[in-house]
Amino acid sequence: MLLILSAFAAGLLFGLGLIVSQMVNPAKVLGFLDIFGAWDPSLALVMGGAVVVSALGYLVAKRRGVPVLAPRLEIPTRRDLDPRLIGGAALFGIGWGLVGLCPGPALVGLTFGPWPVFAFVAAMIVGMAVFRLVPADWPQVTFRREAPRMDG
Amino acid sequence: MENFTPISALIGGVLIGASAALFLVLNGRVAGISGILGGLFHPARSEIGWRLAFLAGLFVAPLVYTTFGGVLPPVELDASVPLLIVAGLIVGFGTRLGAGCTSGHGVCGIGRGSPRSLVATGIFMATAIATLFITRHLIGM
Repeated sequence: MLLILSAFAAGLLFGLGLIVSQMVNPAKVLGFLDIFGAWDPSLALVMGGAVVVSALGYLVAKRRGVPVLAPRLEIPTRRDLDPRLIGGAALFGIGWGLVGLCPGPALVGLTFGPWPVFAFVAAMIVGMAVFRLVPADWPQVTFRREAPRMDG
Repeated sequence: MENFTPISALIGGVLIGASAALFLVLNGRVAGISGILGGLFHPARSEIGWRLAFLAGLFVAPLVYTTFGGVLPPVELDASVPLLIVAGLIVGFGTRLGAGCTSGHGVCGIGRGSPRSLVATGIFMATAIATLFITRHLIGM
């Protein structure tokens, strides 16, 4: 139960961060990506601030060794680069650059944004479902069984 | 740079980082939105609850914000619905294939010093900037 409450709190905090930083606004995100136009560096500060605090959290989690509420840390351990990582990241960037929405802001914006956000989120969920059809060895990659595949 | 909002960006960033830190220290998990959502397609039974709870937190955030007197920022979406659908499909598929998005790779992964996340973030930033340059400045969409 505590595990669920803390997940809720984390989601809430995350959503508040996206709202306060205005990252829920696709126009704001596109303003950051538009480095050849009227550039708005805000997103860099959002990410910078978030990375520093999340790094501190990582140090604490590592020092403790075990999470407060769960039996063990579920942290990705892979360090190799593979075609899936590179291709997936490249695709994600294209979609992100087309409209200015990534998964977090899209979900938060669903509740108070204009209805077309719905179209994006629905398509995003379909895209995730389609991924389930992709064989685990496509494109040619060797999967390390011992490394749990944790996604961000 | 007339749209630059450094203070609110930093405060918001710290909140997002605090969420990631809290989630890692308490639940031992990475606060990656695409992973939390996408994991619902093949969840272990014990994982459904916290995944839905995290998403519920995201959904109520606007309500909590306005309840405490906050004024929600606009959600300015210029893209057409067909383009939104195409982009949504690509984002959904790409984030699962690449095992992460802005939060999982950009915030949590880089915070851990993960080389995979650093590379992924560099790549999706680059393709996003290139895509926007092409659509906004070359084609004029």
